[in-house]
This record gives sequence, structure tokens and C-alpha cells, in this order.
Amino acid sequence: MQEHVTQDPEERQQETSGRVDGVPSTREGQVQTQALEAKGQKATGERKPIFGLEKVGVAYGGVPAVREVDFPIYQHQITALIGPSGCGKSTLIRCLNRMNDLIPAAKVTGKVNYHGEDLYGSDVDPVQVRKRIGMVFQKPNPFPKSIYDNIAFGPRVLGQKGDMDEIVESALRRGALWDEVKDRLKTNAFGMSGGQQQRLCIARALATDPDVILMDEPCSALDPISTGRIEDLMLELRENYSIVIVTHNMQQAARVSNMTAFFTVELDEDEKHRTGRVVEYDDTEKVFTNPSDERTEAYVTGKVG
Amino acid sequence: MSVAEAGIARLAVERASRGQQVKDLIFRAALLLSLGVGFITLGVLLVDVTLDGGSSLSWDFITNFPSRISPERSGVQSAVVGTLLLMVTTALFIVPVGVATAIYLEEYADRDRWWNRLIEVNIQNLAAVPSVVYGLLGLAFIVRAPLSLGTVVLAGALTLGLLVLPVVIVVAREAIRAVPSSIREGSLALGATHWQTIWKQTLPGSLPGIATGVILALSRAIGETAPLLVIGAALFTRFNPNDVTSDQFTALPLTILRFVTDADSEYQTLGAAAILVLLAILVVMNAGAVYLRNRYEQKW
Repeated sequence: MQEHVTQDPEERQQETSGRVDGVPSTREGQVQTQALEAKGQKATGERKPIFGLEKVGVAYGGVPAVREVDFPIYQHQITALIGPSGCGKSTLIRCLNRMNDLIPAAKVTGKVNYHGEDLYGSDVDPVQVRKRIGMVFQKPNPFPKSIYDNIAFGPRVLGQKGDMDEIVESALRRGALWDEVKDRLKTNAFGMSGGQQQRLCIARALATDPDVILMDEPCSALDPISTGRIEDLMLELRENYSIVIVTHNMQQAARVSNMTAFFTVELDEDEKHRTGRVVEYDDTEKVFTNPSDERTEAYVTGKVG
Repeated sequence: MSVAEAGIARLAVERASRGQQVKDLIFRAALLLSLGVGFITLGVLLVDVTLDGGSSLSWDFITNFPSRISPERSGVQSAVVGTLLLMVTTALFIVPVGVATAIYLEEYADRDRWWNRLIEVNIQNLAAVPSVVYGLLGLAFIVRAPLSLGTVVLAGALTLGLLVLPVVIVVAREAIRAVPSSIREGSLALGATHWQTIWKQTLPGSLPGIATGVILALSRAIGETAPLLVIGAALFTRFNPNDVTSDQFTALPLTILRFVTDADSEYQTLGAAAILVLLAILVVMNAGAVYLRNRYEQKW
């Protein structure tokens, strides 16, 4: 058990992905290292943060929902946010692409750095932020349009140049949906199954070539088979994107994520409001096998929550 | 449980359910009766009007101009043309203004601001203002200074438009609200601006509802008599207005009023026939609304 914990899960995963990619590890190991470095993911296990959260808090109408969130989110990793209902995971993930701006009563405090820039700086346009940081929601929300138009919507509103057919095909391929829908691109997206709709929403987010994909309980409305497909897809996407996922499913967090943040709900000092806080943030492996906080342990082993 | 107890229990159950059945029956009968009141009244009215005016109804009746001297050569052409012009002009006015107001109230207005709440309360109040008051408003501000349009179709259309605008706004707001927030969020999350989201997602999604609301508002406007009387529209004319900004005009409700208040019973018959023409236009409009709703309604 002890060996397991000390092993860097980061390194282990890279070995695995190296094999999957078919890159021979004996030949030109240098090339592989370079490729990994280019993605900001050094083989030594050093990770490059993409988000830096500094004392981030969100309040709705003065009532804090989550506060003092302080951790970095790394590039080309899947970061899972877990914890009981009402702990502010979804609230926090919505800070990362400024979706909380849509709720007039919501107020974000602290600092959210994205590539070292303050996401809430006065000169930052939330529209530009959402262009770079895509989002997939709890319930699949395809637009009442054809599959093609769903994918093309983002590139069109952003005025992306290029052959739209190619953009659509490429996004659907990355969303692992192309083979299923290539013959019915012009049919209404509402005719797809729930799992397909959710993959369509992922493909739609990919069509605008984002840097980060935020997923707010993307599988909670799906059956286990569709969930499995989306998890496989997430592991593929990690190669090129950074993913942050909120999930209630602990097995899911354990299966797909590299890093896990465990949130809990606490009564504040004057015992009036319930506020979410981060208890532990570490490698997923460690959070699930050897958590440093007993509350985390109680939650991941199913004793509470 | 003994056999006797079981018997009593069964009896109790049966009694209860029979009582329930009777209540259910009474309730259903009461509902049917309420429905019947409306239906029968409408039916009687239709039959009565058809019996009175059906025989006078002919293509000539629709294409002839009204005549003061000979009822048999009298028709409603100027009234039909006036009504159709009024409706088209009213629609051109209420669609942009009503939809824009609804978008503002639903998408932009911050309900914590007092002026937005004031606007909302006022719209609700305006819907309850008697139509004759709108006629006075039209006369004072549209026909005379500051707009000084005179008694023309445009003045009538603006007056009727103000009258039905609250209806359009309320229906359009409901249609906009019916577009789920997940669609808006999905669009915004892709980097679309607020305006792009409204224009490309919210409005197309709510269009069937808005169209239905506009048609229903117009079918209220089409029967309005008082505001048109107050602004000084003619009871009947022997010409069609050339355009909406210059000529005197009339409309079906006014011509109907003129016919049915005539001492000559032949003219009264023509009134019934004109009512049938008005009803026919109404039915076509409402059928259009039903068609639009069924054809394009979005199930979310």
C-alpha cells in the first residue's frame, strides 16, 4: 500500500499514455520528452498550473456559498471537484469561465488567475474568457437545431474562418460522435439519445478550440454505458485540453481524474450560513487511498455523504 | 378478520366508492354545463346572425362600396380594405415595439430597480384600461398635435396598437421565459455575446409563442369600435384609402355599427352579413395562430 502511495501517479499515467500512443519508449526518448514538455507536462512530474485560485469565494446576495479556495489547477490534467451537495463545487467551477456573472446577485472575491492573468480584471471580457474556457453542463442542452448547426453555432458566432464542414467533422470526431451521426448531420439534435446529446455538447464545446473544458456533473443524467463512453472521451481529451469536472460519483473521480479537490460544508462562525470549503486537494491516488484529512477519508470510503 | 367483518369492510369500501362516483359525475356535469354556457351562446349567436345576414352575403356584397340610398347595391369593400390595412399597420407597429419591450424586461431589466418594477406594474394596468380611453389618447396625441397625423389609417393603427401592446408584451415575455435557461447558458458558454444569444437562440425559440400572441392581440384589435369612433374614423366611406397616411378610412366594426343602427331593416340585414365577414376574417386569423403554434412549437 505504501509503495502505491509514494509512486507519482502522474508518471504512471504518462507511461500508460505513451504506450497507448504507440510511441516506442526505447527509441528517441528525447522526442517524447520534448512533446510532453511542449504540453507543459514534464516527464519529471512537474506540472504547469493553468488556473491559480487565491482565496476565492463566491457569495449570493451576501451569503457566502463557498470561500477560501486556494489551489492551482494544472494543465493537461483532469481535476475533479468532489464533495457533498451544497458544498459549492458547481459554484466554484462556474467562476472559472465567469458563468457566475449571469447571476446578478453572485459576487466573486479573491483572485482567479488564468495563465497568470486575473480572470476578473476590469479589462477582461467575459465573452473572450468563455471562448477559451468551454463548459459542459449537468443536463445535456443541445440547441433545438440540427446536429450540424449545434456544432457550427460556436464557430459561427465567433466568426471563425475556415471550411465549416471540416470544423464540424473535426469537432464530432474529437467528441467521439462522428461515426454515429455522420449520415444524419442535418437531423434535429433532440432526436439523439441522452448520452449522444451529451457528447454532442462536448463536441460543440470543442468546436471553438478551447483551452480548458469545464464539466459540471456531465454524467449525472446518463446511464452507465453512456457514462463510460464519456469517461473514455475525457481521458482522450486530456492529451490536448485541461479538464475540470464536478462529480458526485466518487468512482468516476477515481477513474478519470489526476487531481482531486474534496469540498465540505461548514457552518460559519455565527452559525447562520452553510458555506463550502476545500478540505483537501491532492493527487487523486492519494485522496482516495491515503487522505490526510479524516473528513476526506470518511467521505471517500462512504461513511458520510 | 371474520367473514362478517370482511363483508362490512367490503360494504364500506363500495359505499365510499359509489359516493365518490356520484361526486365525480356531478363535478363533470358542472364542468360540461359551464362549457355549454359559452358554446350555446356562441352557437345561438352564429345561427341568428347567419339566418339574418346569410342571404345578403355574396361576392358583390364584399366588393361593393356601401350606399346610403340602395341597400341592395350596398357592400363593405371600403370596410374590409380599411380593416385589413389597419391590421397590417398595427402588426408592423406592435411586433417590433412589443418584442423589444419583452426582451428588455426579460433579458436586461434588473428587477431590483424601481423604474423596472414601475414599468411592469404599468403594463399590467394598461391592459385593463378601457379601449375608449385609448381612443381619447389617440385623438389627443396622434390625430392632433404633437403627431398631428389626422384621421388616417396610421393614426387608427397606432391607437389600436397602444391598446393591444400590453397583450403582446405579456405573451412575448411568457414565450421568452419558456426558453430554458440551459439554452442561454449553453450559448453563452460557447462565447456568444448576450445579444447573439438573444438573437440566435432565445428569439427563434420563442417565435411561435410571440406570433401566436401577436395574432391574438390583432384579433382583439379587429373588433374594436370605440377607439376608432373617438379618433373620428368614418362610419362608412365610398372609397378605399390610397395609403395609410392620407385618406379618411373606415373599418368593419364601424360599418357594422352604421348598418345595424339604421332604421331601415334592410340595412340591419346587411349589418348581420358584415358581422359574418368580420367573423370569417377572425376565424382565418385564429386558425393561423393555431397552425403556427402546432407547426413550430418547440418542445424543450
